[in-house]
Amino acid sequence: MNTIFYIAAALALISTGLAIAGKNAIHSLLFLILSLLSISVIFYILGAPFIAALEIIIYAGAVMVLFIFVIMMLNVGMERETEKRWLKPRMWVVPLILGTILLIDFIFMLKTMAHEETARQIILPKQVGVSLFTTYVLGVEIAGMLLLAGIVGAYHLGRQKKKVIHRFLKKEEIIEVPNLKK
Amino acid sequence: MVTIPVEIQILFAGLLFLIGLIGLLVRRNVIFMLMSIEVMFNAAGMVFIIAGAHWAQVDGQVMFIFMLAVTAAEVSVGLAIILQMFHHYKTLDVDELNKLKEIN
Repeated sequence: MNTIFYIAAALALISTGLAIAGKNAIHSLLFLILSLLSISVIFYILGAPFIAALEIIIYAGAVMVLFIFVIMMLNVGMERETEKRWLKPRMWVVPLILGTILLIDFIFMLKTMAHEETARQIILPKQVGVSLFTTYVLGVEIAGMLLLAGIVGAYHLGRQKKKVIHRFLKKEEIIEVPNLKK
Repeated sequence: MVTIPVEIQILFAGLLFLIGLIGLLVRRNVIFMLMSIEVMFNAAGMVFIIAGAHWAQVDGQVMFIFMLAVTAAEVSVGLAIILQMFHHYKTLDVDELNKLKEIN
């Protein structure tokens, strides 16, 4: 189990570094998703299976999809020449190798977990939920308000306002004002 | 059975935070900067999980869930700001956003 932790940690660090150093935004995003998956493996090892699932669902699922949508909308760094390079194996062989290591890691851990008496403390989702809705219920309500504010703010900022320009002001060039001093 | 010392786990979280910080400092592309902030959020949440696992308490995981809510709100608003920035300036370089600077 210790070896799995070290492998996943190294994988997370390497893929995060590649994500930060990348040139193409989509490639960096894929490396970041790999990093999130390996961090989720670490959460599982540390005895937090609920958080491991949430990490995949919310971070690697929702947040990264938001990023991908914005990058697609902006259409940055995706020239026609770069699209051809997607098909070259050198673009996807490194993510493939890293993902395979993570997969082998995960399968091996599941195999060893099956017939092992887990002496460590696993905090189950039930305990988390009970604590969330008894001790921290005020925090949950505040988080709900924060998300509402986030929705309203994102809608307000993301709206493309229709510009109404007066017909006298439509031309950008400044009309030369006749010199009135003379 | 996990017998990794807590120091190493915290060290890992610190390294992750460091990578995010370096990315935030080095990159000038706004999307990459937002991704670096995500990495830093992850590292901070990992410290919560490590501490919760060390003392076998649920509070660390509860804090991580709150952090997820904060991150989701931050990302949605930040990406909306990026969209507006691209709409106005036609670029993603933060160095272009110097309209408030005094021209000299």
